[in-house]
Amino acid sequence: MSDKVKVTIDGITVEVAPGTTILNAARQIGGDIVPPAMCYYSKLEGSGGKCRTCIVKVSKGSEKDPRPMPKLVASCRTTVMDGMEVQNITSPEVIEARSGVVEMLLINHPLDCPVCDQAGECDLQNLGYEHGLQKTRYEFERRTFERIDIGDKIQLHMNRCILCYRCVFTADQITNKRVHGILNRGDHSEISTYIQTAVDNDFSGNVIDVCPVGALTDRTFRFRNRVWFTKPIDAHRDCPTCSGKVTLWYKGEEVLRVTARKDIYGEVEEFICNTCRFDKKQTSDWVIEHPTHISDASVIASNHYETLKPLPVIQNNPQLQQANKVELEKTTKF
Amino acid sequence: MARKLLLEHINVPGINTLDVYRQKGGYRAVEKALKTLSPEEVVEEVKKSGLRGRGGAGFPTGMKWSFLAKPEGVARYLVCNADESEPGTFKDRYLMTYIPHALIEGMIVSSFALGANTSYIYVRGEMMPQIRILEKAIAEAKAAGFLGQNILGTGYNLELYVQPGGGAYICGEETALLESLEGKRGNPRIKPPFPAIAGLYGCPTVVNNVESIAAVVPIINDGGDEYAKIGIGRSTGTKLISASGNLVRPGVYEIELGLPVEEFIYSDEWCGGIANGKRLKATVAGGSSVPVLPANLTLKLANGEPRLMSYESLSEGGFATGTMMGSGGFIAFDEDQCIVRNTWNFSRFYHHESCGQCSPCREGTGWMEKVLHRLEYGHGKMSDIDLLVDVSKKIEGNTICPLGDAAAWPVASAIRHFRDEFEWHVKEPVKSLDTNYGLANYAEPIAKAEVTTGN
Amino acid sequence: MLKVEEQQPVTFSSALIEKCGEIVKRYPGGKHKSALLPILHEVQAELGWLSPDAMDKVASFLTIQPIEVYEVASFYSMYFLKPQGKFVLEVCRTGPCCLVGAEKLMDHLEQRLGVKEGVVTPDGLFSWRGVECLAACGYGPVLQIGPEYTFYENLNEQKVDQLIQDLRDK
Repeated sequence: MSDKVKVTIDGITVEVAPGTTILNAARQIGGDIVPPAMCYYSKLEGSGGKCRTCIVKVSKGSEKDPRPMPKLVASCRTTVMDGMEVQNITSPEVIEARSGVVEMLLINHPLDCPVCDQAGECDLQNLGYEHGLQKTRYEFERRTFERIDIGDKIQLHMNRCILCYRCVFTADQITNKRVHGILNRGDHSEISTYIQTAVDNDFSGNVIDVCPVGALTDRTFRFRNRVWFTKPIDAHRDCPTCSGKVTLWYKGEEVLRVTARKDIYGEVEEFICNTCRFDKKQTSDWVIEHPTHISDASVIASNHYETLKPLPVIQNNPQLQQANKVELEKTTKF
Repeated sequence: MARKLLLEHINVPGINTLDVYRQKGGYRAVEKALKTLSPEEVVEEVKKSGLRGRGGAGFPTGMKWSFLAKPEGVARYLVCNADESEPGTFKDRYLMTYIPHALIEGMIVSSFALGANTSYIYVRGEMMPQIRILEKAIAEAKAAGFLGQNILGTGYNLELYVQPGGGAYICGEETALLESLEGKRGNPRIKPPFPAIAGLYGCPTVVNNVESIAAVVPIINDGGDEYAKIGIGRSTGTKLISASGNLVRPGVYEIELGLPVEEFIYSDEWCGGIANGKRLKATVAGGSSVPVLPANLTLKLANGEPRLMSYESLSEGGFATGTMMGSGGFIAFDEDQCIVRNTWNFSRFYHHESCGQCSPCREGTGWMEKVLHRLEYGHGKMSDIDLLVDVSKKIEGNTICPLGDAAAWPVASAIRHFRDEFEWHVKEPVKSLDTNYGLANYAEPIAKAEVTTGN
Repeated sequence: MLKVEEQQPVTFSSALIEKCGEIVKRYPGGKHKSALLPILHEVQAELGWLSPDAMDKVASFLTIQPIEVYEVASFYSMYFLKPQGKFVLEVCRTGPCCLVGAEKLMDHLEQRLGVKEGVVTPDGLFSWRGVECLAACGYGPVLQIGPEYTFYENLNEQKVDQLIQDLRDK
């Protein structure tokens, strides 16, 4: 007997270790068939199952019990069985249900992307772009909360929150004491500290990185720039508290913000400490490695690197070169 | 007179005390089970009885028990679900108030069968009087040697505690109940693992409804085979029905499953008909979550045969023309009741009770409530009706726990069967504020064409 | 979000602390967080509501973080996070009770007490609110009054008037 189990997702078969979830099996295959995940986070134990965007159809339960599962299941929390067959983007039912979930996530969302620091690297924005409707069918006043500062480094815009619970898991598992949590119930639920208090802890800044939307943002970067105008560079330093492996986000010569390095699914590779994140904003603090690889599909990539090369027509025309002088300088900076 | 197993002695004065309860044959099941049967034999009797969970899902109790994992050296728990909060259902309150020892006795026998040495009865916090009653009954039972160490000299130990809830319908969902019992927010867990493998404190756990546990007593006394003779088909035994709404005599009734619905509503032995000489417009047969049916489909199946109070007959016809047994919360609406208003009321309930953990339920229940409110108060649009159906479909089946379905079904079914009335609310926004649509054709014999397929 | 200066220190009676100690014994070792809901009921019964300081004291009693208490207390509908009237009249507002007149009864209550839902009367005696199904649908309309959650069934306007009078005379 093999110690691996076979699972077929959208017609592609892969062998994975027993206990692997459908979502992680799909990530091993990669590409378009990977379900989107707004609440699941592989580095946070117990996360997932809540947002319902990763739902898939199990059309065959397993080799032993080939019956399909009666309902769509959350792929992040359903483990594969040998011989299981899963439909994600090949199932119209899944696509329809997923767009339903996206609609639900957006009905009370302020859609304030133009003034949101997360825009450009927001999972909800991407999800809405792929699955959302052109127009809202929700005609009621949206739910609103006061914007609050939890400490001097982190700002909470509860209006944007999708209640993924990632920041709660992060505080529980990465920091030594959790002071914020989910208060109230149902659609009144909110992330809060209840009594005004600062979230102050060596690793508290990681809640910003795990937040899939613009609910928790870095106050030191607030309104400094749009992320797609900044250039991410991987760098490291010798840090006594964390791995010190980060991404620096440059605008010109200036480091506007520091974040953990993220993988293609937007998850941090290693959590970083607040000193690295908030206090080390000089190039001299860091050993520069190389430009961060940014997916071509991201708006952050669209201004930089491979994609922004002067068009051939510009290259041959001195007048056009002069007119685009500023832009051309930008592209050659790093 | 129909046979009573749970409420046989309900009118005996002092039946809430241990002494009177014992005089009437109480605690025989404990003596029989602990002294003459093995735990496996008790499970076997419950399996033979065909008892189905009385909390709403109707899952066979014996089978649920047999799924319980039994790893060496790990505690196992039995938790009684007394978080009765489904609108229309009040049988557990009744049972605990008037005959608390029936539940205690059932808990002892069931805990013995499952090998649990600590068991909890999770009672909704609003039932503080019932909590006091149970605590007193437990103290009596303990003093009489039915609880504690070495029960009746058999070497079996059991401690039984009552746990109050804090006011949350969602804690009736078994994993939310376990979370709440662990002192947390009542967020349902993502399954698997099921409680039978990892429940309370990560240990194998069975969660059963009050009535299911009380029913174990007659099953052990008379044998599972005897119990299975009562009822009809796979709906064995007796069932407590909570009857409410516009009935002459609302209240809790113990029926033999298989009783015709018409007899239950109109017979003087049961509800005695519709109050104030009015006519029946609609019913919700199994608690607010199950589909609402117009009078004609309540009394008769789509093929014209009488509908019976049984798991199978109530769900006959699927959601197109049927409903569900649910928890046995039978609500009757007379001709003056407004279905739109009631649907709004129920959707407000689910909106209020959604735990907020998963997005379709958190956002969808509020959306439905707002649209229904607009329809009820004369600001609705014709397109709202289809919007509601669509939103309900986007919730149904896509949530962590069944609350999403429970919120979606009443809305979808109300529109399926009472679309005329919703449309009338849009067409007559002013008139609908102070007059009702009335009985319309909802009690008339069913024309074949009306039986269209629902979602 | 509450400001720090809004906090009032509270003290628990020795009887309350003893009761809390008894409750903790119901659970296996290390599982004392299970005592949270019952203890919050006891604290509310003594103090009338759950102030931040009361919740912090519960947290330190159970050796858990204060946020764990706030999360739970704000989830369940029975816990009051704001001061209430001495008697809180909670009327069932769900379907079956509405079929038999609960809505009219609430209108009457509002008019009789002269305060809107959730507002305390000037004398500090009463507040009222609609609550979801109390599982007494066959005896509606119903209302309950904490902290022992005494139940009043088959209500009508006269019975409610009498009840308010009786409570005033208490």
